[in-house]
Amino acid sequence: MGTHNHQTIQPHNHTAMTIIEIKELFKTYNDSEVEVHAVNGVDLNIEEGEFTAIVGPSGSGKTTLLNMLGGLDQPTSGNIRIDDTDLGKLKSSQLIDFRMKNIGFVFQSYNLIPVLTAKENVEFVMHLQGRPKKEREARTMQLLEAVGLKGREDSRPSKLSGGQQQRVAVARALASKPKFVLADEPTANLDSKSTENLLNIMEELNKQEKITFIFSTHDQRVVNKAHRVITLEDGKIISDNRKK
Amino acid sequence: MRTNLKIAWRNLWRNKRRTLITVASIFFGVLLSAYMTSMQEGSYEKMVDMVVKYYSGAMQVHHENYWESKSINDTFEESQDLNQLILANEEVDFVIPRLESFALASSEELTKGVMVVGTVPEPENRLTSLKNNVRQGSYLSDNDQGLLIGEGLADYLRLGINDTLVMISQGYHGISAAGKYPVRGIIKHASPELNKMIVYMELKNCQEFFSANNRLTSLVVNIKDNNELEKSLRKLRETLNSPYSIMSWQEMSPEMVQQIESDRAGGIIMKAVLYIVIGFGILGTIMMMIAERRREFGVMIAIGMQRYKLATILFYETLFIGMIGALSGLLISIPLLSFQAQNPIPLTGQAALVMEDYGFEPYMFFSTEPSVFWHQALTVFLITLVIALYPIFSANRMKLINALHA
Ligand SMILES: Nc1ncnc2c1ncn2[C@@H]1O[C@H](COP(=O)(O)OP(=O)(O)OP(=O)(O)O)[C@@H](O)[C@H]1O
Ligand SMILES: [Mg+2]
Repeated sequence: MGTHNHQTIQPHNHTAMTIIEIKELFKTYNDSEVEVHAVNGVDLNIEEGEFTAIVGPSGSGKTTLLNMLGGLDQPTSGNIRIDDTDLGKLKSSQLIDFRMKNIGFVFQSYNLIPVLTAKENVEFVMHLQGRPKKEREARTMQLLEAVGLKGREDSRPSKLSGGQQQRVAVARALASKPKFVLADEPTANLDSKSTENLLNIMEELNKQEKITFIFSTHDQRVVNKAHRVITLEDGKIISDNRKK
Repeated sequence: MRTNLKIAWRNLWRNKRRTLITVASIFFGVLLSAYMTSMQEGSYEKMVDMVVKYYSGAMQVHHENYWESKSINDTFEESQDLNQLILANEEVDFVIPRLESFALASSEELTKGVMVVGTVPEPENRLTSLKNNVRQGSYLSDNDQGLLIGEGLADYLRLGINDTLVMISQGYHGISAAGKYPVRGIIKHASPELNKMIVYMELKNCQEFFSANNRLTSLVVNIKDNNELEKSLRKLRETLNSPYSIMSWQEMSPEMVQQIESDRAGGIIMKAVLYIVIGFGILGTIMMMIAERRREFGVMIAIGMQRYKLATILFYETLFIGMIGALSGLLISIPLLSFQAQNPIPLTGQAALVMEDYGFEPYMFFSTEPSVFWHQALTVFLITLVIALYPIFSANRMKLINALHA
């Protein structure tokens, strides 16, 4: 008896499989006089292909949660599992490699590498991954076209508008074919037209490439686009709604 | 690798003015210290030449007591066997037999102590190019009975060509020496000191004067390549036995060697101070470059760049600054100093007199030895390497989450 069938571990009553598993996650800052429980006991599963928004008032712990999820910050306690990897068990340099291979980032203030052109920015992580030139160029062109920046490949970030820069950043995040993309308030610096444009692009890529998106936002229009909305307050999840 | 170089190079020009100022500081540092080194080494070369090329040769064989006593009694017999033994060394080019001593020289109304050098005219000229320095009259010929005297001495004794010089001295084993000789030629000796006191005679003639037939005070040994000096000295020292001893020019002029060494050390201290100042300038620039770009570095690490790769980019940036500075410095200093070496700066007034007093020509000489230049390049390179440690440490120490917030 007990034939080792690993498939039994996977949830079989879901169509998609869980790629992120967060268990009893806490992050406490005590560098000021009062202790701040930025993330205060979060349990959460994210499934492959989800398009998830994390919302909540300012200071509710969205950034802190996303940073820990991206391996940029260490939890005080608790556990983050991505596929079969326990993030807490990785050494600093392994964590960097893990991010390179599995996670795409989009930051609020674009954060492109200023000395690289749009195309080079998109290629950057593929370079780190050691992808061959042909593949890099094909993927870069495909993504720049998808985000509507064909013809601007050779512009440096300083020559692009905020919306354009953020679209390059989305292309960069996707270039490495990550398991999921984390975006902390990706539209906070954008006007409403650029916001809508970016959201459509993200949604489209989510659909086409089956890439999981997790983004935080304050913008109701962005929330409306999400397929799942997780609401945080004081570091705790107070609601979790799936729309579709 | 290529991408890292590209990023590093472009980063340099994000703040063009700052980079150029830093590069300029290295440029001027290299130029200044190349100039200083060239001048120092040029004067040492001249000092050494004065001794080696115009007088002592690379090495000399003496009677083992001669260097202590400087006496004409501590001479040795001229011998073909000895010559053969020395010439058998492949590094050795040719030898010059000499008999040297002092004498009192008088013209009609004046007397002066002189240094008498009996030598063989042809090989002597090969070492010292004396023939080119003949200002009046002619150079000595074989079996010449006349004298070749320094210009300063001729002026002092008010002698012209074919005038007679009377010399008295003590010869071999105390025999009194006296003779009168016609002045065959007047030379301007490269060494101002010797110019005032030197008398050259044909060797046989000189041996007769000192009653030291067939005897020599020294056998000048000339080598083909000065870099082989140590090696050939070692070999000759092994082959030559008592009563001979062989000395290099350094051993014969230890004061000069020491003077050069201490002067060189002084120069090194000055250059060290200069380079330390420049080094801190570069460090300041690098620190600013890093401080400004913390967030960018944070992003790079966040999206998956290993810290050592980041450090590599910063290392390249530091290296580029150093290289551009050093190369531009060399690009200007090499032609400039080559020109200066061709056209030494004449000294005037008091400085000129002091130089002449010390027995030097009153010029600033410049050296174009390769080391003058590559030492600067190497120094800048080493400084940049040391400075590049800072970005490497800071890339490794940087707190990712803080950098992202910067
Ligand atoms: N480095 C830190 N040191 C101390 N406290 C911190 C630090 N970072 C965040 N906090 C605190 O943790 C709590 C959660 O902050 P977080 O940035 O995660 O909120 P947020 O939901 O992203 O807010 P916003 O919507 O304004 O971006 C806040 O009370 C904040 O003050
Ligand atoms: Mg936030």
